[in-house]
Amino acid sequence: MSGLAPKHQRLVLVSVALVVLMVAGLLAAWGLRSQADYFYLPEDIAAKPPEPGRAIRLGGMVQPGSLRTLPDGVTIAFNVTGREGNAVPVTYRGIVPDLFVEGSGVIANGRLLPGGTFEAETLLAKHDENYTPRELEGLSDAEAHEVLEKSAGQ
Amino acid sequence: MIAEIGLAALWLAAGLCLLQFISGAIGARGDEQGPVSALVRPAAIVQALLLVVSFVCLLWVFAVTDLSVALVAANSHADKPLVYRISGAWGNHEGSMLLWVTILGLCSALIASLERRMDARFVKTALAAQGFVALGFFAFLLLSSNPFARLNPPAEFGAGLNPLLQDIGLALHPPTLYVGYVGLSVAFSFVVAGLVTRQAGPELARAMRPWVLAAWISLTLGIAAGSYWAYYELGWGGWWFWDPVENASLMPWLAATALLHSIGVLAARDALRTWTIMLGVVAFSMSMVGTFLVRSGILTSVHAFAVDPERGAFILGLLTIYIGGAFALFALRAGALAEGKRFVALSREGALVFNNVMLSAILAVVLLGTLYPLLSEALGTRVSIGPPYYNPVTAVFAVPMLLVLAVGPLLRWRRDRISRIAAPLVLIGVVLAASVIAVVAFSGAGVLPTIGLALAVTLAVASWLPLMGRNPRRVPLALWGSMLAHFGVAVSLAGMASESAFSTERLVAVRSGDTVEVGPFKATLGAVEPVAGPNWTALEARIAITGGGVDTVLRPQSRTFTDPPQNTSEAALLTRWNGQLYAILGDAAGEGRWQLRLWWKPFVTLIWYGGVLIALGGLLALLGHLRSGVRRSRIGEAIAQRRADRESEAAA
Repeated sequence: MSGLAPKHQRLVLVSVALVVLMVAGLLAAWGLRSQADYFYLPEDIAAKPPEPGRAIRLGGMVQPGSLRTLPDGVTIAFNVTGREGNAVPVTYRGIVPDLFVEGSGVIANGRLLPGGTFEAETLLAKHDENYTPRELEGLSDAEAHEVLEKSAGQ
Repeated sequence: MIAEIGLAALWLAAGLCLLQFISGAIGARGDEQGPVSALVRPAAIVQALLLVVSFVCLLWVFAVTDLSVALVAANSHADKPLVYRISGAWGNHEGSMLLWVTILGLCSALIASLERRMDARFVKTALAAQGFVALGFFAFLLLSSNPFARLNPPAEFGAGLNPLLQDIGLALHPPTLYVGYVGLSVAFSFVVAGLVTRQAGPELARAMRPWVLAAWISLTLGIAAGSYWAYYELGWGGWWFWDPVENASLMPWLAATALLHSIGVLAARDALRTWTIMLGVVAFSMSMVGTFLVRSGILTSVHAFAVDPERGAFILGLLTIYIGGAFALFALRAGALAEGKRFVALSREGALVFNNVMLSAILAVVLLGTLYPLLSEALGTRVSIGPPYYNPVTAVFAVPMLLVLAVGPLLRWRRDRISRIAAPLVLIGVVLAASVIAVVAFSGAGVLPTIGLALAVTLAVASWLPLMGRNPRRVPLALWGSMLAHFGVAVSLAGMASESAFSTERLVAVRSGDTVEVGPFKATLGAVEPVAGPNWTALEARIAITGGGVDTVLRPQSRTFTDPPQNTSEAALLTRWNGQLYAILGDAAGEGRWQLRLWWKPFVTLIWYGGVLIALGGLLALLGHLRSGVRRSRIGEAIAQRRADRESEAAA
């Protein structure tokens, strides 16, 4: 590079930077497409289930009467329902967030198992007005349902 | 009364800021000696004093819980401990924006009173740019986020502060981070002044360096503190979540780190002129993007106080004006900047260019990952982006960067030969190979943690190799600083890799008297009893920890706050030299059982110790550069003095 005029050296530097940034952009685009967690409603899962093992977010309502703690004391099981009555069975091993109750909105990050059960890794409940899952923000449960339904149509 | 004084001081400061901008702009046009342009320094200093008065007024109304002030009523409560009443002043949107503007004003005042390296025209231009940036934020504060608005009639009770924010870490985290964010505005103003006055040489780099270093130290500490807060307060046991709000602080840090290294090249070798200018603009742009993301309410988190589209639009408008304006100026002037000096690929400059390009690539990856969910949501698909994206994609660039970091500081400026550094290269290679083999053979860690551990060991050794062949007493302070910061990177990386490779977790439902094994410890649940604090009640578990050379009791709590009503989980931590035991109390699980979650995280504390070492390295470098700057200007003065003496002798 020392044989180059300063102007050409700058050109080389700019090209190197641009090429690396483009590689970064392409890698990012690939990563974003393959690693994004898509948002699903129980209806979506019934209509077009994601491949098992893929990380997704499931949103809906905790079906009243479905919440129970398994004998180990740390795993809970419940159903998440959508507007159309489809229910997805969910299991979660861990300490549930405060205000996680039946009939409230919930967003679960996790994976669909081959049997059709959704295994949640994290749960976000409608927490308080300052810290709510973005999808359910500032809404009553009925309104939250509307939002969930709307985003399902897209 | 106090609130009105605060508001009046704020308006006066805004007026002086306008004066600072106008007189600075007149100075920038070349009229350095004019009466108006002479006002720029006093205007900046008085403006900062008024802002401090205004901010102290805000602290006062929060300290005495003056419920006739709307902001206090919405965000505070008389029952809170004093320290959280005061820190509540910046634990909300309006107060934090006032803090932002106050720090911006203080930066202006510091430039006005301390900057002597650059000529008067440059300083005036920089102050004009600084004033221009501040004006937008003054408008934002006064027109859409007045922190001193009165409430009539006064509220009976305050609504309280989000309990998650009632924590000493959070009392200190925003001011530290803001000093970093806003400190980068000085880099921006200097770059603008450099473009306007066509000075983009080593003098600009030397003048910028202390400011950028100070901002970068603050950012480093702020990020480390925020990460530790999330770790122990959120109770999820993780230390970094790639949350957009965390990314908002990481992006300016990445840009500032790149800027710091390119400034080093510009100061020492007069190369990378345009690149440095460009990074100066990018670094402050990232601060603004961070503020926009965090403060616009576009993200939901403890940080997004304002869920108000008008405010979001306002900040977005400011962002467009400043960043767009700076890039337009850059496009107009950058071509006219004189070219820098040349160098070959195998040189210190070459290594630093590599570091810069890799940091920029990581920045691009993080930026795209942060913005993609927002764009995608606008187009109707909700997605979230998490560690499965960030970890591998950033590693693609971080790993080569860290490898070059091991070698780069050994290289000479301008041109070097491999044969000259063959001995240290062999040493680095041997350490790397040995540590890879050791990690693979003994730990069974995943791919990324294995690479991380091996790189950390290599880097920990390599960061001190620049000492080879030097007399340690004669090593400049700035070099000690850079070696310490690089060693800090290794320490932090070791903590991250070790946490992800060796953490063990137990999630159990146990009765009083039951024992659980986690890592080298035995944890026995004792009683679970109610306790009360100043503004909360809690259930507290007593967990006796034995084994591994300890015999102690951990007391995790599940707290219920009253104002506002909210539950939080207080983790209990046992810190040992080789890691932390982390305990969380869950719900009652029936049949007299309680849920407990326990983690043993070997060497996790290294993550934050590393962060502190990085900041400490920055501080040493800052002191070293300031000292050599003073020495240089003394020598300059002495030469000028001698020349003057000689001339007067000749005249006599």
